[in-house]
Amino acid sequence: MKAERPEAVPLAGGTDLMVELNFGRLRPPAIIDLTRAAELATHRQEDGHVFLGAGVTYAAIVNELPGFKPLVQASRSVGSPQIRHRGTVGGNLGTASPAGDALPVLAAYDAEVVLRSQARGERSMPWHAFLMGPKKTAIAPDELIVGARWARIRGPGSFSKIGTRNAMVIAVAGLSLVIDEDHRRVNVALGSVGPTIIRATPAEEQISSAMASSGAWQDPSTAVSEQVIDEFAELVASAARPLDDVRGTAAYRRHGCRVLARRSLAWALSERRLPTWL
Amino acid sequence: MVVRTRVNGEWREAEVWPGASLLAFLREQLGLFGSKNACEQGECGSCSVWLDGALVCSCLVLAAQANDREVRTVEGLTDAGRLHPVQEAFVEAGAVQCGFCTPGFVVAVADLLEKDASPSPATVREALSGNICRCTGYAKILDAVNLAAARLLERT
Repeated sequence: MKAERPEAVPLAGGTDLMVELNFGRLRPPAIIDLTRAAELATHRQEDGHVFLGAGVTYAAIVNELPGFKPLVQASRSVGSPQIRHRGTVGGNLGTASPAGDALPVLAAYDAEVVLRSQARGERSMPWHAFLMGPKKTAIAPDELIVGARWARIRGPGSFSKIGTRNAMVIAVAGLSLVIDEDHRRVNVALGSVGPTIIRATPAEEQISSAMASSGAWQDPSTAVSEQVIDEFAELVASAARPLDDVRGTAAYRRHGCRVLARRSLAWALSERRLPTWL
Repeated sequence: MVVRTRVNGEWREAEVWPGASLLAFLREQLGLFGSKNACEQGECGSCSVWLDGALVCSCLVLAAQANDREVRTVEGLTDAGRLHPVQEAFVEAGAVQCGFCTPGFVVAVADLLEKDASPSPATVREALSGNICRCTGYAKILDAVNLAAARLLERT
C-alpha cells in the first residue's frame, strides 16, 4: 500500500498523528492503519538479538518484556494508561521527537531501525543514522518502519527523566544508562536535550576506562570514587546540546543531565553488586 | 466512508469523514454523548472508552481504526437503567462538581477495578493519571474509588 500511495500517512496508536488531525494541522491525502498489520505488534528474541515490532505498545512492553528494565521504565513513563495502550515504539521512531522516551533507550542499546519497502525489501540502519534531526528521519517515502533490533546486552541499566509530574509528562531531560558487562562498556544516551538523541561518548569512555583501571569490571564490589562520578556527570552534562523552551531552560536541562547521570550510575553500580538482572 | 463497530454490545454503522476520530463517531454519528470532547490530544481523559477491552482516549483513535472492533463506552456501564457501582460511588462520595470529567473518570476507575479489586493508593493515582479534573481537587474522586472498590468487593 505504501508503495502504491507513498503520500499516505501511516497511523498506529494515533497519539501524535490524531492530534494533528483533530487540530486541523494535517489533512493527509490517505491514511494507512498499521494496527491491522499484526506482524508489527510482535517481538521476539533469537541468537542473542531482540526484535521489537514497530506496533508494540508501551503497555505491551511493560507487561511482556520485564527483562528489559530501561525499556520498561521508559515505557511506563510515557503519558497515561490510555496513552500507553495505544502509543508504539514505531511512533516514537517515526515522529523522531528528541523527547520520545523510548529513543534514549534504543540509543543506549545501540539499536538499529528496520525498514521495509516493496521495491527494495528490508534494510536496517543504526538509530543515529535513522534519527537525522528533530522530527526528521532517513525513511524513504515508500518505506514503513518494521521495528527495532539490538544485540541483547548483559548488565544493569535504567531510564529516568525529569518533568513536572510523575505522569503525562514530556521530558525536560531524559537519560538511559546501560552497562554492558561483556564488552566492559557503559552506554549513556540523552533525550530532550538536543535536536536529536545524543550519546555522551566522552563520558562513556571516561567511566569505562576508570572502571577498568580500578578493577571494577572484574570485581563489582570495587568502589568507584566520588571524583570519577563527578567527572562522569560533568561529561554527560557537557554532551547535552539543550535549548531554552517552554518546558525548561538550557541551563536547567544541562543540570538535569548531570543529576540523572549521577543517579543512574549509582543505581547501576549498586545493581552490579546485587545482580538482579541475571 | 462507512464505519461499522460493535458499541456496547450492538453493531452500529454510520458514514464518517475519513479523518474523524472515534470520539466524533460516537458523539456525532451515534449520539452517544457520554464520552466528552475536551482537549482532543489525549491529555485530559474525558473521552476514555474501551477499545477491544483496552482503556484508550477515543479522540486519539481514528474512527476507521475501530471498524470491526469492539467499543465499550460509559453508556455501557449502566445495567437496565441502574447505575454502575462506580457511578453510584461518585454520586455518594461527592466526586462530581461540574461533571465534565466524570464519565472519563468513571470509565478509568471501572477499568482499574476490573483489573485490581483492591488497588493501593499509588496504583489508583497511576491508573487515573490520564484523567484531569479541574474542580474537585481529586480528594473526593479518590474517596469514590475506595468506596466503589469496597462495594464491588462486598458483592463478590
